[in-house]
Amino acid sequence: MPVRPTAAPLLLVTLLTATTLTACGSGSGSDPDTVKVSFKQSTDNSIKVMDTYLGEMKKQFEKANPGKKIELVPIKAPDSEYYTKLQQMLRSPKTAPDLVYEDTFLINSDITSGYLKPLDTYLDKWADWDQFIDTAKTAAKAEDGKTYGVPDGTDTRGLWFDKGIFAKAGLPSDWQPKTWDEVLDAARTIKEKVPGVTPLNIYTGKPAGEAATMQGFEMLLYGTGDGSADPLYDTASKKWIAGSQAFKDSLGFVETVYKEKLGLDVSDALDPNIATRVRGELLPEGKLGINLDGSWLPQDWLEGAGHAWPEWSEKLGLAAMPTQNGQAPGKVSMSGGWTWSIPSKASNPDLAFKFIETMQTKANAQKWYIANSGIAVRKDVAADPAYVDAQPGIKFFTDLVASTHYRPAYPAYPKVSTAIQEAMEGVTTGDSSVDKAASGYDEELKTATDDQVITK
Amino acid sequence: MDTRVAPQVRPPDPSGAKVASPRRGGLRRSLVRALPVSPAVILLLLFLAGPIGYCAYIAFTDLQLTGQAQSSFVGFDNFRAAFEDEAFLNAVWLTLVFTVLSSLVGQNTLGLALAALMQRASKPVRTVVGGIVVTAWVLPEVVAGFLLYAFFRREGTLNAILDWLHLPSQNWLFTLPILAVSFANVWRGTAFSMLVYSAALNEIPKEITEAAEVDGAGGWRRMWHITLPMIRRSIGTNLMLNTLQTLSVFGLIWVMTRGGPSGKSQTLPLFMYEQAFQKSMIGYGTAVALLLLVVGSLFSVVYMRLLRTEV
Repeated sequence: MPVRPTAAPLLLVTLLTATTLTACGSGSGSDPDTVKVSFKQSTDNSIKVMDTYLGEMKKQFEKANPGKKIELVPIKAPDSEYYTKLQQMLRSPKTAPDLVYEDTFLINSDITSGYLKPLDTYLDKWADWDQFIDTAKTAAKAEDGKTYGVPDGTDTRGLWFDKGIFAKAGLPSDWQPKTWDEVLDAARTIKEKVPGVTPLNIYTGKPAGEAATMQGFEMLLYGTGDGSADPLYDTASKKWIAGSQAFKDSLGFVETVYKEKLGLDVSDALDPNIATRVRGELLPEGKLGINLDGSWLPQDWLEGAGHAWPEWSEKLGLAAMPTQNGQAPGKVSMSGGWTWSIPSKASNPDLAFKFIETMQTKANAQKWYIANSGIAVRKDVAADPAYVDAQPGIKFFTDLVASTHYRPAYPAYPKVSTAIQEAMEGVTTGDSSVDKAASGYDEELKTATDDQVITK
Repeated sequence: MDTRVAPQVRPPDPSGAKVASPRRGGLRRSLVRALPVSPAVILLLLFLAGPIGYCAYIAFTDLQLTGQAQSSFVGFDNFRAAFEDEAFLNAVWLTLVFTVLSSLVGQNTLGLALAALMQRASKPVRTVVGGIVVTAWVLPEVVAGFLLYAFFRREGTLNAILDWLHLPSQNWLFTLPILAVSFANVWRGTAFSMLVYSAALNEIPKEITEAAEVDGAGGWRRMWHITLPMIRRSIGTNLMLNTLQTLSVFGLIWVMTRGGPSGKSQTLPLFMYEQAFQKSMIGYGTAVALLLLVVGSLFSVVYMRLLRTEV
């Protein structure tokens, strides 16, 4: 009889529809008293700097605001996958958190997509906003003049060098190269006199992602010319620059490093986990002479951070990255950083901003800069001796802010950045010459920017 | 007996008037029978055909993950762009190499060989070998990926063995990435072929093989003229399933090489992921996915032909 065979599928169907319908109905989870906070969790299990800090902020906030809750939603992923995951979450009100941690590298893309909420109405009423330095205020300012994020610090970049290796190679412990050639010469000396160590690390290729572009390539590129104009993007014509000699020179530097075997073995350099290995193994174990890297390295070496290495400040020296030929201003740095932003589809934006205020009281901000080796963007913190003396290196990297550059973080930038990584990878493996890699970049640039290209 | 059975199978009286009524009844009956299935069909349409249809639509737009307020319809632009993109053509080529090497040649042949050898093996040998091979198959893709990454990497097992034999070692994932991932896929997927072929070989009547043996046919001849023709149907099915599975391998390659170095192991699924999620070009990535679907159906058509000629 037809009744029997129907029963099972019918039951199944009812169940399925029921679950789907409920999923549609209550999936948003928009509890008016809960702020959902998405942030990037380190892929290294032993590093809990951000988890610890946010846990503390959560406690503070919940104590000060009875009945309100903070729900931390960590996303454990390498940078590039974090962005992807976040963007998928931001697309729908059902999945959008109330507060997100955004890299200034992508924030303009997400603003253009309409994923984020302008914060001006909140900022106008917030006294602490005046404490933020002006460049930091523009970090999350879109082309429409509105601000979409509150920066929680910035970063700068320079050369870290191993004093022990330098001593063996007969190089000075207060090393400060004046030109690119002096950097290469030091690496050559190390190669010759200290076998068994890698003379110089410069991130390269697609596996390293934005680290290759920013810590690697752009630290070279922005040190070419007189430093007055952006070498990637022409602000006057609003077009991306192709075919420049500066670009080729920077590629040439990368090529020299890998061709002369001054860098890591190519297969290691193109390992997706190389950045973690550099700060977790190579530097602490004294296997790397010079490392072109960011100001945040010591956050992994703090007591209790997983790779505790408190004596790093005696073992490592710091030098500013020089300009190409030593031309003014003599040194170069790149800056980026992260901001706290509120998604346009957030269910509790007001409460979310209240949480930003909690995280950004002077005391809490200072605690955070010190915990993550960040560079302060608040004047009151930067002037506080407790911050300046908190860690060796902070003064060095804070001083670099004067000669730092920000990336042209327009929506096309991530694609431009990938094109740069591909060009770098080509010269690193030796698959392409500098000219071929540069013209490959020019081609890619056209596609990536919808032909918004100018030849210079 | 025959005359008694027949009326039950055929309509008892095939006259015009009586044919019409079973038809009407049949229609109603099949409607009634379809009723319980229809919710399932609707769900399938909603959750399977729906997303596929939506994907097909997106493939014709310039939808991005970020960096864009609104997407628009761009016709065949994505497909045109794909065929002009060297990286895409490279991925198509690598996908073919990967599929032919690991699925057609590797999994298929090795699976058949193992199945044939195990027919003759003693029971303990059969249990142990079968167990090992099936374990590789049961392991999650990512775990298998990590195991083989550890096997091929510079400080890995393979190089340790080579060192011990005083042979030159190298970073296999860097020098021969597509071969390494193909080998990984063979290692992982052979069990399936082996099981399919074991079942097929068991179906061959012993008398036929014995007769051939009596007639003086050696092992290879028996394989070529008797065994293979008799299991042709299984070969077709197995090739089709293997190929479709291999075409969509992502996790294994992602874990081992991420498609690198310089795209030397970037098959279509990895290329698609890069375009859609790393470069945010969802529209373009989806177009590539559709093309992958086309490649898969081309393979299927070939195998279907193979199956049909037998009938």
